[in-house]
Amino acid sequence: MIPSGDQFLQYLLSGVTLGSIYGMIALGFTLIHNATGIVNFAQGEFVAYGALIVFTCSGVLGLPMPLAILIAVVGVTLVGAALERAAIRPSRRPSVITLIIITIGASIFLRGTAMWIWGPDALPIRHFSGEEPIAIGRASILPQHLWIMGIVLGTMVALWLLGEKTQVGKAMRACAMDREAAQLVGIPASRMVMLSFALSGTLGGIAGAIVAPIAMGQYNMGIMLGLKGFCAAILGGMGNPLGAVLGGLLLGTLESLGAGLSPIGWSGFKDAIAFGIMLIVLLAKPTGLLGRGGR
Amino acid sequence: MKHELARYRWIVIVAAAAAVLPRLLPDRYAIHLAVMIGINTIVALGLNLLMGYAGQVSLGQAAFVGVGAYASAILSANMGISPWFAMAAGVALSALIGAAVGVPLLKLRGHYLAMGTLGFGMIVHIVLVQWESLTGGTIGIMSVPPLKIGGISFDSELKMYYLVAASVIVAMALAANIINSRVGRAMRAVHGSEIAAEMSGVDTARYKLQVFVLSAAMAGYAGSLYAHHTTYVHPDSFGFHYSIYLVVMVVIGGMASIGGAIFGAGAVTLIAEHLRSFEEFSTVAFGFILVAIMVFLPAGLWRGTAEALRRLRRTAPTPGEEA
Repeated sequence: MIPSGDQFLQYLLSGVTLGSIYGMIALGFTLIHNATGIVNFAQGEFVAYGALIVFTCSGVLGLPMPLAILIAVVGVTLVGAALERAAIRPSRRPSVITLIIITIGASIFLRGTAMWIWGPDALPIRHFSGEEPIAIGRASILPQHLWIMGIVLGTMVALWLLGEKTQVGKAMRACAMDREAAQLVGIPASRMVMLSFALSGTLGGIAGAIVAPIAMGQYNMGIMLGLKGFCAAILGGMGNPLGAVLGGLLLGTLESLGAGLSPIGWSGFKDAIAFGIMLIVLLAKPTGLLGRGGR
Repeated sequence: MKHELARYRWIVIVAAAAAVLPRLLPDRYAIHLAVMIGINTIVALGLNLLMGYAGQVSLGQAAFVGVGAYASAILSANMGISPWFAMAAGVALSALIGAAVGVPLLKLRGHYLAMGTLGFGMIVHIVLVQWESLTGGTIGIMSVPPLKIGGISFDSELKMYYLVAASVIVAMALAANIINSRVGRAMRAVHGSEIAAEMSGVDTARYKLQVFVLSAAMAGYAGSLYAHHTTYVHPDSFGFHYSIYLVVMVVIGGMASIGGAIFGAGAVTLIAEHLRSFEEFSTVAFGFILVAIMVFLPAGLWRGTAEALRRLRRTAPTPGEEA
């Protein structure tokens, strides 16, 4: 099925939008993995909470959207920090399997709590600035797509500034590079670990808040988003922040093109694209596109 | 010698308990639960060998159960093939896929192996859902015929119970045998330190693959039992959630422990059943308890409590002992 130029552009645009979200989630994984070597299975839940808290603040309490987003992002940041404090910090010399189960258990706990608070149904969230499609060539995108791309870009810039220009950011990078050396120069490693979880929460919360109007908020939206974000992190190279973003964009684009270009009846396989790509990467070049030597 | 024979004592205990249990259960539903616990135990025993002894993580074990279940269902319900042959085919297919997938995947370690098996499991689930002409998609496959020997048809909960109980006992004996054999020692060497094992001449790749394939075959067998017992298969029974439950069974019971596998399978099966009626808060509690156990008793409830008690006894001072 050969697409027209417009269709191709359409798939590309939605792919980049989707990919931005995957990139944010992948970045969250990378942050925690760099600081601790842990894969945080609860990352997807951060996204879900971001979306759901926005729903409550904006839809139920009627707060203005910017305030709702702020509350959501701060809230999820706290959830991230709390996760590290409650579940990671107290564990004694955990093995890989133990850590995996801990974060899986945390994700089950968070998901269950989300269902308890918000119920099982998908909840609608207002688009930030209206739903009039914008024409680009003969393709069209929604204003929300622009918000997503813009906010993700802005977050990337902010993160870069954090890492380059602030003391805290530089300390976190030092810790990620070599934890013992960082501790030797006086950086409190355990606090950096908590900060990485908190920052990961921030990223997840932002991702959830901005994708919510399009995806709707639901207690279990984190599962697939988290898994695919992880695939993106592996694709780009686990441990490399730039790789996480590029991996996300690439994965989103491939998924969008794959779903759009596949013959009728095969589009249900689009979810398999992400996992298939991840498997190929893991088996061919586990360090991913931009990754350094593995941890 | 005494320690080795001790493994077999579990089998005697379980066999005796299994023979008596049906009389103590109130209704057919309870017997059905016992059958499900037995089926899960078989998968858990295989996964336990893989995770607890060989130290390899698999977050996609449900896929192998699904392969066995669907092979049985498709062959016996849709193509009229004898259920026993369908089951044999299911086991063989699971083992084959296990080998095919294991060769490349087992080159990975730690988190990467976990995610690789997870990806594999997700893909199998997607195939089960999307390949409608073969699997019936989200409609599933109904009217899977029960197993038959001679004139006896295993079509009631009680009859399936005895078949499954016997299978569990065989699986336990198999696991105990492997653990005590050369293969078992090689596996434990791999778990302890893969590098050291390699240096001592242990062909780690081969042993890891053998355990992986065996666990896949056991899972496939359990899947077939499931299909012929419930007479209905649906893709969502073999997805991410079930894979996680299986890992939780092995870990909560305590890895590298046959008794732990049974305990874990029993506990998680019953909790999952409870979750279905009291959805909301139970999921929260399940996640909370899971985290708590992994944080404070990472060796699992079975082993972990035994170890904790041993530690308490050791710290109590005895006369004449130096502090």
